[in-house]
Amino acid sequence: MLTCKDFLSELSDYLDDSVDSEIKAKLEEHIKACPNCWVVCDTTRKTIQVYKGQTECSIPLDIHARLMAAIEKKCAERGK
Amino acid sequence: MSAPGSEAIVSEESGDLALARTGDAQAFANLIQRYEGKIFRLAQHITQNREDAEDVLQETFLKAYTHLDQFQGNSKFYTWIVRIAVNQALMKLRKRKTDRTVSMDEGIDTGEDIVAREIATWDPSPEEQYGREELAEILDSAVQSLAPAYRTVFVLRDIEDLSTEETAAALDLSIPAVKSRLLRARLQLREKLTKFFKHKGDDAFAYM
Ligand SMILES: [Zn+2]
Repeated sequence: MLTCKDFLSELSDYLDDSVDSEIKAKLEEHIKACPNCWVVCDTTRKTIQVYKGQTECSIPLDIHARLMAAIEKKCAERGK
Repeated sequence: MSAPGSEAIVSEESGDLALARTGDAQAFANLIQRYEGKIFRLAQHITQNREDAEDVLQETFLKAYTHLDQFQGNSKFYTWIVRIAVNQALMKLRKRKTDRTVSMDEGIDTGEDIVAREIATWDPSPEEQYGREELAEILDSAVQSLAPAYRTVFVLRDIEDLSTEETAAALDLSIPAVKSRLLRARLQLREKLTKFFKHKGDDAFAYM
């Protein structure tokens, strides 16, 4: 039987679904029997989800404009 | 990182890349447009400063432009520029000596820190309790409170959606190091977010 510490150390890989099936079965056996680890697992999964849900990555227009100006300047230098 | 239609995007990208290598400015502009938002966000997360992030953004694409002939094409273009951007961002952090935990290895604990202190369930959709901006602020400040070594790995893996292997390559870390930092980052963020997202009903039990 896994300890809670064992469970935590595998948690990240478990949530990424990158543990082999034997370990996965042991981990799932542990959370069924351990309410604390169930909560930690569930809230860590939600932690990851809430960040993944933040898809906003538009760039401010002024920053885009200055970037393009810097690139154009470099283009012009190279063209010489 | 595979979304529907990603194959079409890949071939469009390799077309732009081939043209950009021949000096086609429009093709390079297309590449910028595709990735500038992600690179700016990444730079902001690592440097925690808008001005530095803008510098990093410019330096990244200028470097990519002048060194395009060194891009091997055996990794994704995005991974290649992420690597440039991470290096530029870490240099910024090092220059800003105010941050004492700037080394990629400082602030790394050795095994005893894999803990979960806050045990409380969350509401099913905790993010809905907050407005968009308020939520973004909560999430950002939680990430900012992580040590740079953890923050950088978390940003690449869970915000920018790079694989473990890509993150290891971008940061010059081993795969076990990426995994162990990611675990600690996620657990620390979980603790911080629990304060905001825990199911309010749970507190009530304390008074029973
Ligand atoms: Zn347990």
